[in-house]
Amino acid sequence: MEQSASTIQFFTAFQLSDIWFLGEAAGRTLLIAALSIPGGTVLGIFFGWVLSVSGWAGASSLGLILDVFRSVPLIIQLILFFNFFPIIGIPLDPFQAGTVVLVFYTSALVAAIARGGIEAVEVITRRAARSLGMTYWQDLRYIVFPIGLRAVLPAWTGVALGVLKDSALVSVIGYVELLRASQILIIRTQQPFLIFAVAGVFYFALSFPIARIMERLEQKWQND
Amino acid sequence: MIEINDVHKSFGTLQVLKGISLNVEIGEVISIIGSSGSGKSTLLNCINALEPIQGGHIFVDGTDVHAKGTDVNKLRQKIGMVFQQWNSFPHLTTLENVALAPRIVVGKTRQEAEDIARRQLEHVGLGDKIDVYPNKMSGGQQQRLAIARALAMEPDYMLFDEVTSALDPELIGEVLDTLRLLSEEGKTMLVVTHEIGFARDVSDRIAFVRDGVIEEIGPPSQVIQNPQSEHTRQFLSNVR
Repeated sequence: MEQSASTIQFFTAFQLSDIWFLGEAAGRTLLIAALSIPGGTVLGIFFGWVLSVSGWAGASSLGLILDVFRSVPLIIQLILFFNFFPIIGIPLDPFQAGTVVLVFYTSALVAAIARGGIEAVEVITRRAARSLGMTYWQDLRYIVFPIGLRAVLPAWTGVALGVLKDSALVSVIGYVELLRASQILIIRTQQPFLIFAVAGVFYFALSFPIARIMERLEQKWQND
Repeated sequence: MIEINDVHKSFGTLQVLKGISLNVEIGEVISIIGSSGSGKSTLLNCINALEPIQGGHIFVDGTDVHAKGTDVNKLRQKIGMVFQQWNSFPHLTTLENVALAPRIVVGKTRQEAEDIARRQLEHVGLGDKIDVYPNKMSGGQQQRLAIARALAMEPDYMLFDEVTSALDPELIGEVLDTLRLLSEEGKTMLVVTHEIGFARDVSDRIAFVRDGVIEEIGPPSQVIQNPQSEHTRQFLSNVR
């Protein structure tokens, strides 16, 4: 009896206010994803374009660097970069370091997709655009981008949802996002099942709208 | 007018054009015939600078097409081109396909561009298809769409590169009818074709290209009915 009373002082059960704590953490996950997915996508499209026009030289320089980002586990990249920045005199907090790494990681994944999208557009279609007097950039903007986007949107959605979930790894450098917050609560409450279930619901609430919007878009384009 | 002057073109070591000269006057319809691989299509691609040349000159209204500093985008607005393989922009409706270039290249307003597009689609007999996406249309309709798209830029010259070669036989007629209509309206046209009967009917002159040079050129009454060159005679008896 004595024993259990002292246990209760260490561990307190899950309360309603903890939902707020998890919600805040989900907001941080959303924030880091909302920065790194669009940022990485824009950068990745640029890299994909460079790869598509630079041939052998691009594949062996930029392509190689991007391959490193794609193949080294994200958790290792995070730890290396987080510790590397202070060495070169730019101390970054976990949020900043995590965002930078996620942006490059996303861009490496998107670059391969973007390149595929550009190459999915038939040469004859681009010739037709140029024969109408469109400039190179008009061809890219009005012909290649929309056609390529339709071809690779499902693949991009996969990357975006993957990065949203992979952002949990930023917790290893001390950023308190959704996964990290769940672990903190579990230590306090000793109720892992309940808390992971709540965290899972939050992850689902973040991913589901993205998946749904993209699905709608695909359907709309298919009916065109 | 288009002046083609001793043009040489090679792909690597393969010489495709070996000194072609030809003048196209305003209002003239010239058909180019010859076997596959003789350089006919390449010549069209050189005229609007889609392919560079290695020798000679091409002038369009006095502008040297392949000179450094020539604004090819400006130049191409004068030269409409329709290709063998149809190539509608798949993400745009028929109307948007035709209206896009007038809007972004010429700078017309959306309203103006769509008016032009409607008129040109009407012109090629696609007036009832304006909201349709190209993948819902037949090859013949897509080729007529490509013609409308080129015409919407109000070009002075039209280049047709074997526009019926990729079509099913029953769809060839509707596209040739459209070309016939344009020739009757006085469009200046350079038509690469395998349809000898069509070439005979619409052309002011027919050029027979063989092995990278113009073997024989003249009115249909000469080239088709009474060819002067043995090679022309041979080619015609093969395709008939």
